[in-house]
Amino acid sequence: MSMLSFEKKYRVRGGTLIGGDLFDFWFGPFYVGFFGITGAFFTVLGTTLILWGAALGPTWNLWQISIAPPDISYGLRLAPLQEGGLWQIITICALGSFLSWMLREVEICRKLGMGYHVPFAFSFAIFAYFTLEVIRPVLMGAWGHAFPYGIFSHLDWVSNVGYQYLHFHYNPAHMLAVSFFFATTFALALHGSLVLSATNPGGGQTVKTPEHEDTFFRDFIGYSIGTLGIHRLGLFLALAAVFFSAVCIVISGPFWSRGWPEWWGWWLNMPIWH
Amino acid sequence: MAEYQNLFTAVQAVGPAHHGVPLPKGNSPRTVEPFFVHLFGRLGNAQIGPFYLGGIGLASIALGIFSFNIIGFNMLASVHWDVVQFVRQLFWLALEPPAPEYGLSIPALNQGGWWLMAGASLTASLLLWWVRTYRRAIALGLGTHTAWAFAAAIWLFLVLGFFRPVLMGCWCEAVPFGIFPHLDWTAAFSLRYGNLFYNPFHALSIAFLYGSTLLFAMHGGTILAVSRYGGEREIEQIIDRGTASERAALFWRWTMGFNATMESIHRWAWWFAVLCSLSGGIGILLTGTVVDNWYLWAVKHAVAPSYPAVYAPVIDPATLSGAQ
Repeated sequence: MSMLSFEKKYRVRGGTLIGGDLFDFWFGPFYVGFFGITGAFFTVLGTTLILWGAALGPTWNLWQISIAPPDISYGLRLAPLQEGGLWQIITICALGSFLSWMLREVEICRKLGMGYHVPFAFSFAIFAYFTLEVIRPVLMGAWGHAFPYGIFSHLDWVSNVGYQYLHFHYNPAHMLAVSFFFATTFALALHGSLVLSATNPGGGQTVKTPEHEDTFFRDFIGYSIGTLGIHRLGLFLALAAVFFSAVCIVISGPFWSRGWPEWWGWWLNMPIWH
Repeated sequence: MAEYQNLFTAVQAVGPAHHGVPLPKGNSPRTVEPFFVHLFGRLGNAQIGPFYLGGIGLASIALGIFSFNIIGFNMLASVHWDVVQFVRQLFWLALEPPAPEYGLSIPALNQGGWWLMAGASLTASLLLWWVRTYRRAIALGLGTHTAWAFAAAIWLFLVLGFFRPVLMGCWCEAVPFGIFPHLDWTAAFSLRYGNLFYNPFHALSIAFLYGSTLLFAMHGGTILAVSRYGGEREIEQIIDRGTASERAALFWRWTMGFNATMESIHRWAWWFAVLCSLSGGIGILLTGTVVDNWYLWAVKHAVAPSYPAVYAPVIDPATLSGAQ
């Protein structure tokens, strides 16, 4: 039943954080666990509320459906459901669902005897979401500073908030974040290419070895980080991209409320230039 | 617990340097005697070098340095050869492409000719580096996947600096060299063409950029998490599946109901990274040549809502008499 040929011997009890053996079972290919139950609860409730919000809204056009946070005038208070209250409950559901997913990953790691790198990495994504939707709005004093749930409405939010600071590309943390995103994608291309090129050398040729991989990169750029190192580097670059993304938005408003190009004045006005 | 997470190499085995698998006949000898750096060994391999230079590598590096120097000395000239001001204003300095009146002609050096020369030699440098990527792989009996991934990046570079300016009939459409100037260009480009967020190929490119970052976090995390079972030996795991692959696969199957294999995850990786610059290049090439305003395009295709006109219409100054 949807099991891989080698899967049966890995489906053993144990490793749970909560609930002992009570929720220690699979549903099709999915592991359930206590956090599978809480995750399903938050996901179903949140998705239903999104559908309800869409039904209340003016359109069923998938691109244009949007569920907005409360108006700025509500501050940090609860709003009526149709006035952003739905957005508030959906945000709680999203956070509950993301945290459940992460903790379920921890249980799966324990069950399989693996390190905790994946749930740790996922915590960075949750942190970035939490920063955008909770930390920054709280620091700014209104839920209305959070982004709306909609495909183009969230892009409009990014655009509008960016231009509130005149030119967001001058935000130093944004510069770092974008650089890390590009660097991660670049490194991923190099890593994917290298492994595929060693295992798919072309018709009639034998599969190559890690020594060939190292030699290729040393010939190419003078250094090969190695099979273990590339995964450490990739994980670091990806997490740095997400971390500086969170930093770049949380400093916009709470720390710096003027145009980002102006921020660089400290550099131009340092006394060492005179 | 921490020692099992394998974040750093705690104990480094130091042996003789590896001089690389043999090169085929007709190749130049490798240069740089290999040496070791302890701190590099904490994260990955400690060995640096050897390096294969060759005629093509030498030409590529020389052209790259030439281009870099043209850009640097033009910036230095723009602050009247004042080195202090060069450092102070470095992020603001630019080597700009020719002005609009020059079209696709070749202007004097200080009117954008230097920009053309820097761009041409940087392009030649990149194309030679591509040849090198291809030939180094062939020399070692590897597939040419790295070269084709690199070609996707060169595509985006050429669209921005060559294909689109040629289609628009003006070098002035190209990107200036400089830190803040190229960011200014990006913002102005988006504003001029009705917000690039409404460009579907831009959206795809961003999705592949974030997707690549997500994939590397997932893949890097997974391999480190099964490194206690030898998971980083990916080639061996691909041709002879071991418990590291099995656990890595089951982790994702139990988490999200689907898993890649040790080989297919690298195909996912390759395509996500390649499609980022491939779709990005398509999006740039269509902007101004085929589509003049992405917001109006999105409204026309019922993708974006038509926002109410809050402000009185602004008269386009280009339509006023005397604008010429």
